[in-house]
Parts: sequence; C-alpha cells; structure tokens
Amino acid sequence: MSVLRRTAEGSAAPPLRRIVGLVRSRWPGLVVGAGAGLLASAFSVALLATGAWLIARAAERPPIVVLSLAVVAVRACAVGRAVFRYAERLVTHNVTLQVLADLRVAVFCRLERLAPTGLPMFRNGDLLSRLVSDVDAVQDVFLRALLPWVSGVVVALLTAGGVLILLPSAGTVLVAVTLLVAVVVPRLTRRWSRRAEAGALKARGRLSEDVVDTFERLPELVAYGAVGRRLAGLAETERRLLHHLDSAARVRGAGAAAVTFATGAAVWCALVLGVPAVRSGSLSAVLLAVLVLVPLALADVFSPLPLAAGELTRAAGAAARVVEVLDTQDPVVEPDRPARMPVAPYDIVVAGLGARWPAQVGDALRGVDLDLPAGRRVAVVGESGSGKTTLAMVLLRFLDPLAGRITLSGVDTRELDGDAVRKLVGMLAQDAHIFDSTIWENVRLARPAATSSEVRQALGRARLLDWVDSLPNGVDTWVGEHGDRMSGGERQRLALARVLLADFPVVVLDEPTEHLDLTTADALLADLLEATRDRTVLAITHRLRGHEDFDEIVVLHDGVVAERGTHLDLMRADRRYRTAYEQEVELLV
Amino acid sequence: MRPVDPRLLRLCPPAQRYLTLTVAVGLATAGLVIAQAWLIAIAVSRAQLGGDVGLDELRTLLLLLLVVVLARAGLAGAQETAGHRAGARVTAHLREVVLRRSAMQAASPAGSTGGRAVLVTRGIDALDSYFARFLPQVALAAVVPVVVLVQIALVDWVSGLLILVTLPLIPVFMVLVGMHTREQTARQWRTLSVLAGHFLDVVQGLPTLKVFGRARVQAAEIARVSDQHRSATARVLRVAFLSALVLELAATLSVAVVAVGVGLRLLDGGLDLRTALVVLVLSPEAYLPIRNVGTSFHASAEGMAAADEVFAILESPLADQGSSRDVPDLSNASLVLVDVAVPRPDVQGDRLPRTSLVVLPRELLVVTGRSGAGKSTLLGLLLASLAPDTGTIRVAGIDLAALDPDAWRQEVAWLPQRPLLFAGTVADNVRLGEPDATDDEVAHALHLASADFVTGLPGGLQTVLGESGAGLSAGQRQRIALARVLLRVQRRDSGLVLLDEPTAHLDSATEGRVVSMLVRALAGRTTVVATHRKPLTAVADRVHVLTGEPSPAVGVA
Repeated sequence: MSVLRRTAEGSAAPPLRRIVGLVRSRWPGLVVGAGAGLLASAFSVALLATGAWLIARAAERPPIVVLSLAVVAVRACAVGRAVFRYAERLVTHNVTLQVLADLRVAVFCRLERLAPTGLPMFRNGDLLSRLVSDVDAVQDVFLRALLPWVSGVVVALLTAGGVLILLPSAGTVLVAVTLLVAVVVPRLTRRWSRRAEAGALKARGRLSEDVVDTFERLPELVAYGAVGRRLAGLAETERRLLHHLDSAARVRGAGAAAVTFATGAAVWCALVLGVPAVRSGSLSAVLLAVLVLVPLALADVFSPLPLAAGELTRAAGAAARVVEVLDTQDPVVEPDRPARMPVAPYDIVVAGLGARWPAQVGDALRGVDLDLPAGRRVAVVGESGSGKTTLAMVLLRFLDPLAGRITLSGVDTRELDGDAVRKLVGMLAQDAHIFDSTIWENVRLARPAATSSEVRQALGRARLLDWVDSLPNGVDTWVGEHGDRMSGGERQRLALARVLLADFPVVVLDEPTEHLDLTTADALLADLLEATRDRTVLAITHRLRGHEDFDEIVVLHDGVVAERGTHLDLMRADRRYRTAYEQEVELLV
Repeated sequence: MRPVDPRLLRLCPPAQRYLTLTVAVGLATAGLVIAQAWLIAIAVSRAQLGGDVGLDELRTLLLLLLVVVLARAGLAGAQETAGHRAGARVTAHLREVVLRRSAMQAASPAGSTGGRAVLVTRGIDALDSYFARFLPQVALAAVVPVVVLVQIALVDWVSGLLILVTLPLIPVFMVLVGMHTREQTARQWRTLSVLAGHFLDVVQGLPTLKVFGRARVQAAEIARVSDQHRSATARVLRVAFLSALVLELAATLSVAVVAVGVGLRLLDGGLDLRTALVVLVLSPEAYLPIRNVGTSFHASAEGMAAADEVFAILESPLADQGSSRDVPDLSNASLVLVDVAVPRPDVQGDRLPRTSLVVLPRELLVVTGRSGAGKSTLLGLLLASLAPDTGTIRVAGIDLAALDPDAWRQEVAWLPQRPLLFAGTVADNVRLGEPDATDDEVAHALHLASADFVTGLPGGLQTVLGESGAGLSAGQRQRIALARVLLRVQRRDSGLVLLDEPTAHLDSATEGRVVSMLVRALAGRTTVVATHRKPLTAVADRVHVLTGEPSPAVGVA
C-alpha cells in the first residue's frame, strides 16, 4: 500500500523510471535474478573457451595431466550454465508477476479515487486495455528488457576484459562490438522505430476500444444493418496498425542483421588480429583458438540484447499511459487531516452551491440553497439536465463545490473524508451497477456482516423476495453481466434492497422508480418512503406524484432554483410546478 | 504439443507462405553455419600448426568468411522482418473472422464482453510472438540439427554417434513435458480472461462500490485474484522451466563430453586439429535450435491457447436461419403470434410465457404488463433477433422463421430498452442505420423526437458526445435514440415500428410532447410499443396486457 500513496504525488520523471521506482520493494528479487542470469552466461562463454584451449593444447600432444584440470572445468561449466539459467528464470518470472500485481492494484486504487466524476474521460474499452495490456507490457520492462540487458552487458565486458589480457587489440574489438550491440544498435532501432511503435500502440488502444464497443452494441448494430460499416471502420484501424507494425518489423529486421553481423565480424577480426600476433610471437599459438571461438560463444549473450531494447521502447508507451492514469487529478480533494465526524442528528445545509463537472465548461449548478435537517424529506424536481444529479454528486462528495458549501451538522463536508460522509449519506442511483455475481452477493455488498434474515428482509421490503424465492437457486441465482438475466424492474429492486440493507441515515433517491411500471412504481415509492420515514430523504425525480407530503419541494431549472415550497404552496403559486403536476395527473386518468 | 496448428494454416494464407519461407531460411542457415565452422577451423589450425603462416596465405579463407558472415546477417534480418509481418497479418485476419462470426451470433453471444474483447485484442496478439519467435525456431530445429549431425558424423563418427544418441532425447522429453503443461497453460489463460472480465465489472461498478464504501476493499480483492493468477502461473512455469533445465543439461553436457572426447583423441593422434575444431564449433549448433524451441515454448503456448479459443468460436454451430428474402408488404399484413414462448436461461420461469397475439396492419398496439412479464422479449421476437422456443409467428401467412432475418430487419425500425449512443457527433448517432441521410433529414428526425435542444448545443448537430453519450442527460439521450428510429422510419418507409419504453427518462412535459409527435409521425404504420406509461396507452388503438402467466393454448396453426 505504501507503493500506492507515492503515486498520487505525481512527478516529472519519465514514465519508465516512475514504474521502476514504484516497485522499489521488489528490487532485491530483481537483483538476484539478474545475478543468476549473469553467472549462467559467464559459464556459457567459459565452456567454449576452455573447450577451445583443451583441443588446441591437446593438438600439441602434452602429457595428459596438463589437460586434466581443463577436462573438469569443461564439465563444470556445462552443469553450472544449466543450473543458473534455471534459477534465473524461476526468480525473474516470480518477481515479475509480483510486480504485475503491484501495478494492477496501483492502477485500480487510482481509478477508485477518480470514480465516478473523474471517470467519463476514460472510455471503457480503453480502461480494459490499460489494465490488461499496458500493465502487462510494463512488466516486460523487467523480464525482457532490463534484466537480460544488464546481465548480458556485464558478461560481455568481463569476457572482453579477459581477451584484452591475451591480446589488447582483440579485446578492444570486443568492447567495441559490445557497445555496438548493447547501446548503438538499440538506440538507433529505437529512434527509427519510435514513431512506428507509438503509432502501433495508439492504433492497438483504439482497436481495443472499438472492439469492446462493437461487442456491447452488437444487437443494435445488427438491427440497424450497421455491422458491415462498423467492421469496415475496424478494418481501417487495423490497416493503420498493420502499417505501423510493418515499419517496426523492418527496423527490427535491420537490427537483427546488424547484431548477427557484429558477432561474425568479431570472429573475423579475432582471426585477422590473432594470426599476425601468433606469427610475431606476441600470442601463444594455443590461445589463438580461444581468441577466435570466444566471440562465437558471445553470440548467445548478444542475441537477446536488441530484443530487450525493443521491449523497452514498446513498454515506454504503455508505461506513459499507465502513468497518465496515475497522474489524473482527483475530482475531489480529500482533507489531509479529516475533521471529526459529527454525531447524530445529522443536519445538512447547502449554501450558495455552485458545481461543475471536470473538463466541462458550463456550471451545472449555481447558487443553490437547501436546508436538510435530520428527518426532513425534500424532493428536488426539474426537467432532464436541470442539475439534479449534480446536486446528488456533490452531496455524496463525489464532486467538490465550485462555490458555496455543504455542511453536515455544522462541519464543512470538504473537511471530512469522502468515505466517512458516504457512511451517512447513501444513494439509490438510477443506473446502480449490478455485479456479475449472485443476488446474495449483490445485496450483501452493502453490509458484508449482514445475516441471511437481514438480507431476506431487505429483499422483502424491496418487493423482490417472492420472485427470488420462486427461483430454483433462490438468493444464490447468478444474475449475469450487468444483471442481464433480470428484467429492468428486478434490477432496480435489487439495487433498492441493497440501499435498505445499508441503513443510511440520509438517503438520496435518484429516480428510483425509473424503470418500473406504474402500479409497481406507486407501490414501491410508497413502501420506500415508508421504510425511510424515520430518516432524512432527498428525492431527485421528474415524477411529481407521490411527493405531495414532502416537507419541501425544490424546482430546479437550468442549474438554479426556480421555485420552492410545500406542495400546497407551489400549487397556490400556480407556476411551473403546478402546470407540470396537473399535466402528469391528467395523463393518468 | 502441436508446433503448427493445421487449422491456422488453412484459415490464413499468409501463414502458409511464411512457413515455406521459414523452412528455406532454416536450410540456408544450416549451410552457412557449416561453412563458417570449416573456414574458422582451417584458418586456426593452419595458423597454429602450419608454422610461419601470415594473413596473405589466408586471404581467400578470410574473404570467404566475410561473405558467410554477411549472408548470415542478411538471412537473420529477413527472417525477423518476415516473422513480424506474418504475425501481424494473421492476427488481423483472425480478428476480423471472429468479429464477423460474433455478429452472426449477436442474439446469444457466448462468454462475457470483457472476455471476448481480451481474446480478440490481447489473446490473438499473443500469436505474434508465436509467428515471429516460435515458428522460425521450429523450422530451424527441424533442419539445422540434422544437417549439422550429418556433417559431424562424416568427419568424426564417434562424436556423431554421441550426438545422435543424445539429440532425440530432447524432443522426446519436450513432448512429454509439453503434454503435461498444455492443460495448465490453458487454465492459466482462462484465469487471465476471468481476471479481465472481473476487472471491467468492478471498474464499471466503482460508483456503486463507493456509495457503499466497498471500493477500497476491491483493491485487496484484485490483489488477491492477481496473486492467485501468479501462483497458478508459477506452478506452470516451474514445470516448464524444469524441463528446460533438463534439456539444457543434456545439451551442454553432451557438448562438454564431445569436447573432452575429441581432445583426448587428439592426444592419441586419432584425430587432427582441423577436424577437432570443426566438431567443437558445430556440436553446440546441433542443440541450439532445439533448446531455443524449449525456451520460446511457453510464450507460444499462450498464443496457441488463444487460437484454440478462436477456433471454438468459429466452430460453434449457428442457429438455423431462414433464407427467403421475399418479405411481404407490411402495410397490409397482420402479424399472428400463436402460442409463442421463450424460456429463461438458467432461471426458472419464462422470459415470455405462452402467448398468442394478433397485430393488425397500421394499428398502434401498446403492450403493457409488470416488469419482467416479457414485453422486451415480445419485441425481440418481432425483430427476429430471438426465435420462439415453441409456437410460430406468421406475417401475412408466411412463417417469420423462413425469412432471412437481415432482409426482415430492413423493413423494421426498433428502439431498444437501453439504447446506446456511441462516441461521435449527434448527427452520426442519429444516422446509425442511415449513413446517407442529409443534415436536413437528421434535423427533421430530431424535431419529430422532440430533441430540439440539439440546436441549442454548442456544436448543434455536430456536437461531439463522449462514450455512451456522456455530456447529455438520460432524457436527452433517449430522445436522440428516438430520432435514430424516426430517421429510419422516414427514410425506409418502415412498415413495422417496435418501440421499447420510448418515453423512459422523460419528464412528464417532455413525455407529452414526445407522445403527440410520435402519434403523428407513425400514423399509418404498424407500431408495437412496450410501455407502462399512461400517456402512451391513452393514445393506443389497442392495449394488450401481458400477465406473466401463460395464456390458454390455441393450438399451433
């Protein structure tokens, strides 16, 4: 969790460095993995070097004792190489998966702070792609990029150091080849493929969004005969992706060719430098074979290096997107030191409230006053888009006021922890999410400690118990993605049962009867108001009937209060409210 | 383990061409590896034993070696480029095929949206490393060891025999391990898919979770599920890597034994230095390609598991569909539903209990009933996106099941219960089914849907909406969706209009306006409206109440 807090600060460090810093606690494991890899590669080079010396020396027919140490060394190198390679793989993969889990949780915790008002800026498909692909790509930084690179370069330089002692010119060539393969070629390929890789990542993100989108609206697309055009649009994105991938493939091919060539050239140079050295006597003839075959052994060490660099480039783009999520500003500023929560009774006062959604231009609310002492029931009515839902968002501390303030028993809610406020102020939203789980789990979410009879009671009060009991699996029935196996009315009743179980002292009802038929809606509203009679209620609705006995009715129009008073007051005033009310009643007859 | 899935090759022509190319590259590489070994061995042995040998005497050898080095570099580059290109093409091809197939199964897509999206994006992308890394290794492994082994045996049969005995151990062992890890890899893949579906669900439910103070707990839940996935993966990898360990041990120990053996025979004088060097340089090359197959195996197994899922989708049977495109004239046709019923999947009770109903030509029929009585299901039947489990639907005497559903839907306009707006302009959203409609036609449709507020938006018709119509209220979104339907009705002169809760999310004043506009716009068209709103039932020609109970059977006509 300490990992997560650090991310909220945000900094100007490049995304990859941020990610590496983020998993500081996993560094020891990463170092152990790199060390094992280093030893494995070192044994691999030593195997061929000792083998070459053994054969070259044997050709001079020395007594067998001279060779016995080399014989043992060759076998030891063979075993050492295999064992350390195994250790490396095991350690690095395990650490990397831990890193992956850390990153997933970090990204989720950030999203948790942003929901729901900071969220519309992310499209859902993008979110999915962000977590699954980007975080996975970021883990490749460690497994496929950093670790192989570090251990490969160290081994190559150690080898070059050894050759440098035998023949300085050949050692220098190896250092140069190492730098070429580990630094120059990757740098160049990275520069040349940067645009293609970035383009590919963007196209892939776009494709992923479009694919999720297409799956979600397939029934509608089929009904409107729009599937063909939709697929054509996807094919266009796919073509763009292919174009970028092809350019990247060409650069990768050039990189692979350069590395293969550099390794071969090292062998060639060793011959060209070694043969005259043997002739002049500055190099013992036996060591010529070692000098020539060692670069051949380095081919194994070099071959993953350009790949590592490529992974690094790809991961940089993904890391940038992950960091973008981590750096998105909170829609709500939580207090550093929350004020003490007031005790019951909870009186809410809204004074001169103005509010605006993130990244929107116009104010959704302006100068709204509202008095909501404990036990009072207020209805906020108005046409679609009049700012009713914004008011609910600010009350639940999902959105900070732009002007004015909201106090809870005298304490400004901005000084209180959002989660603490939401323990007292609950909401039944018109689009409450039903999770892909059982009825039981969906209801119990509100209070995990609730007993079976409490859950059943809540279902009963939401008038859903008879239906639930008629199901073969009862409360254990699986409701499907978004509750798709239930009807709209059943879904809303399930959400209602959840709110009743949570037992909030203050309840915001955001169009609770939206999807229900008239008779059920009337009965439900009556039940609902009866069940919440002993607590504070703020009903947000465009349906006027059923709220006649509320203590106050506030008519919102275009973000400001147009009218307010009791039902009788407003009927007497004979303005907007009365017209709408009479129209509604008339339509019923 | 099947290194190459024949279905993949059948489905994707680029994959076939690529496989041929890869084998050719493998053969060429084997030749170059042998040439390089000989050139190095000759040069070193002459320099070491030939006494006073300088670069002049080795000029031809050195030039040839340079040519070989350049040729190997060229082949490596070509192989790398071709691998990624082929991978990208196969991936694109599979993606399109899966999407097309899913569109045909739109009424009942199997698997969660999140899971399928992961498959179609990341899952299929795993095939890229299969083509770029795994397949070339397989080709090399099939060609190079054989060629190299023959070469070694020709110069030194003892070493050749040793390699001949140890080499086959590797693939045999690999097949055994592969069979063992295959199932586990598949399971790991499923976990990842479940994880993705779970995460999407949780993120979409974040507002709800926050209301109940349960969002932070979910972070721990995600950590737990990720950790589960980690330990599952670690179990698979431990076995997969153990096999790699044994393979490496077999390979490196064999090389060591060959080197020591060759060295000792040099002592006896049974072998010359040149031959010994050729054997030393070539013997690791015999094992290298097979070892590389082992190391890239688990990466490719992920790709193969995804491919299997793709084939599962492609090979699942499609529901029988009618093929007649001869749709009767709907302006004079009655729709007769006889004893139709649709069961609910997994849940007791029917989505639509046995129902019989006649829809007369050009009438406005309102279907009411409590939530869950089957109103939306009834509209789905009339849209032919659902088929009744029992009973028949006849249109002017023709069985609806005999008609091609696409041809039928051309004549029908439908408003779903939860219409979805997409990111794009208001005009594009209205034009969903009618891409050629003019701005005037779009504006008129919006007017008919009482969505005149659009003209007041900053960009008017061209105002860009966010995902799911973000930036608009629910009522505004509803009216844009209605305009979408009305545009289709106007342009196609639709004979049948199906509206599911057309006035949901509307305040009563707007509802009144919408209802009177609808009555005028739809006059003379057969219209079926599912609703429980009084304003709509008040203007209906006829109201049919769905009770949620089966109606008495009238017998199948």
